[in-house]
Amino acid sequence: MNDLSQQKIDASCRVPLLALFGGAALWLVVGLLLAVIASLTFHKPDMFADCPVLSYGHAQPAANDAILYGFCIPAALGVMLWIFARLSQTELVLPLVPIVAANIWHLGVFIGIVAILIGDSTGFAWLEFPRGSSVLLFAAFLLVAISAVATFGQRKERELYPSHWFLLAALLWFPWIYATANLLIVSGHPVRGVTQAVIGWWFANNLIFVWLSLVGLGTAFYFLPKLAGRPLQSSYFALFAFWTLILFGTWCGIPQGAPVPAWLPALSTVASSLLIVPLIAIAVIVVKTVCGADVHCKGGPFCYIKFGSAAFLLSGLMLIASACPHFSRIVQFTWFGPAQEQLQILGFFAIIICGAVYELLPRIMDFELPFPKFVRFQHWCFMLGIVLLAGSLAIGGIEQGLKNYDLATTLPFLRASTTGLLFLLLGSLLFAANIFVMTLKWKLALIKSVIAAVTAPLEVSEVKP
Amino acid sequence: MKNGISVFIAAFIALGASWCGFVLAPALQLGTAKQTAVLNSGDTYPVQRTGDATLGLQVYRANGCAACHTEQIQQTGIAFEVVLTGAGKNPDAVSNLISTLKLTGLTKEEADSANDKITAVGGKVETHLIPTGADISRGWGVRRSVAADYLYDSPVQLGSLRAGPDLADAGTRLNNASWHLLHLYAPQSVVKNSAMPPFRFLFETRKIGDAPSPDALNLPSEFAPPAGYEVVPKPEAKQLVAYLLSLHADVPLYEAPYTPVQISTNAPAK
Repeated sequence: MNDLSQQKIDASCRVPLLALFGGAALWLVVGLLLAVIASLTFHKPDMFADCPVLSYGHAQPAANDAILYGFCIPAALGVMLWIFARLSQTELVLPLVPIVAANIWHLGVFIGIVAILIGDSTGFAWLEFPRGSSVLLFAAFLLVAISAVATFGQRKERELYPSHWFLLAALLWFPWIYATANLLIVSGHPVRGVTQAVIGWWFANNLIFVWLSLVGLGTAFYFLPKLAGRPLQSSYFALFAFWTLILFGTWCGIPQGAPVPAWLPALSTVASSLLIVPLIAIAVIVVKTVCGADVHCKGGPFCYIKFGSAAFLLSGLMLIASACPHFSRIVQFTWFGPAQEQLQILGFFAIIICGAVYELLPRIMDFELPFPKFVRFQHWCFMLGIVLLAGSLAIGGIEQGLKNYDLATTLPFLRASTTGLLFLLLGSLLFAANIFVMTLKWKLALIKSVIAAVTAPLEVSEVKP
Repeated sequence: MKNGISVFIAAFIALGASWCGFVLAPALQLGTAKQTAVLNSGDTYPVQRTGDATLGLQVYRANGCAACHTEQIQQTGIAFEVVLTGAGKNPDAVSNLISTLKLTGLTKEEADSANDKITAVGGKVETHLIPTGADISRGWGVRRSVAADYLYDSPVQLGSLRAGPDLADAGTRLNNASWHLLHLYAPQSVVKNSAMPPFRFLFETRKIGDAPSPDALNLPSEFAPPAGYEVVPKPEAKQLVAYLLSLHADVPLYEAPYTPVQISTNAPAK
């Protein structure tokens, strides 16, 4: 494949990806800012006593949703479109569709976040967005999926790569779980009683654990071999990991001791313990692909994706641990659960997506990053932030469980987690700076070329007869 | 896998199976649930919450109370307790026997055997069923939460984090509306060192008119408004308190049996 057509493929992704990434970078900053605001309550409980909009119960879910729906999903969709175009060796099909979809998506997130802040949340974890905004998100996802599948259909090479399996499965996964959860518990006629909670847990697990894992690993399995300069070790392991991950992962999520028929949590516990199988397979793939590669990452995208893969394994182990009957008695209802979720969302997914964006952005824009040093700096901010955030929440959670949910023993850990959030916020500002300056430069260049075209003198030969 | 269709089929099978298991099956099993009978009583459970309490659930939802409070009591097991209800014709023999027996924290077999021994010497006994677990010994509830407790709630606010105490049985444990109002306005005025954020935005501080409002909070001086002003709850605060007071998970059910403590009949003579 010659360089010219490679450039054309990258250029075809430019506008849709900028539309997706620009909003995503903004939501990452907003989400982390809201998370910092929420955690201020641990330092001074009466800080927002007269300001319902920023009180903990409003800001905390808004922060979670801004990071997950605002940043993680749209940024991942952008990366996904590029990977599909690259693997298919064809220009993005229907490039206008994802541009429209990106705007619909970010509008939906905006409506949702405002609704949560003014007290219009639905009250279900990870499903707080009201109906109107869910409809927008659902439609936008389908539009992006249409473009992705159409690009996939145009592929020159019929053989599928491991990344294809993970990303294609994710395209089916999200609309199914999102439609089910919204129709059955957010709609005007929700199911009754604890069935709502069961469907809520099923959705949250399938989104936070399965969907993020599918997309994050699909992205990692594309970039790791590319950056390490050696093939994925090996496709057979990846196939095994894919099957076991979707077969076992999708049954996790119902906590033990939940007030539901006992077979539900029992089934979840079995599935969670079986998760060790895909985790081992993925660990083997990552270690065998990365080790032995003669590449130094120097804080670049390779570092991001290696750190993200390690965080994935750790968050998976935490998920299994919190389903173990003995350990779960200690950590249930403690900050250990949020620690695992934050590690999965920020430590694994967000960092892999940021690494992927840094790798592909100079290619689609056809010029270098405006602040290349920020990449390394952000990597350090994110690593420190995630270790401080997830580490202090996890240890604080165990402490809280051992001390009978006494918040006083946990407060020092919660206060430490604010520091982690501040580091993450700093990192997200660097990310946003790179993306926005890049977009601005591109727009200026565009305007200049338009002006140049308009003001260019007419060629003399055309005037003369 | 060679083509896109096979990937879609794989994902369809995996997700479809869990959809049947965790969406369809619970909906079939619980979707048509009705009120259940309370054990050893003609009553049915649960009863619909009052209008104010139903609105209060929406205040609870809007303010994200479930971010810090769960509404589910956990139970690790059950223990049996043998209680003497009558000494019969030979009180001395019964009391001698009882002093040698272990009567609390028994298994079913131990309880039956103690029961037989005491009945053999003429005493009358009852076997009580006592749920065990950290939540119950802490006084947050009397039995584990079960599906029936949430039959009429929408949205069901089970919660997943206990930054504060569990509220499944809050209406039984804390059954005083003015306490709740004070606690919402200034948590530290009633619970020292509380880390709960105050919900002052659910209240109105206003100038006292012709006469003080009967609703005005009776706040300790350090939390009180300036002289000539009073703090009155907005309707939302009253609804939220009505909801908190309506939280009862304190009747024995088939799936969560226990023996209610009868305070009047079995008290020792003074």
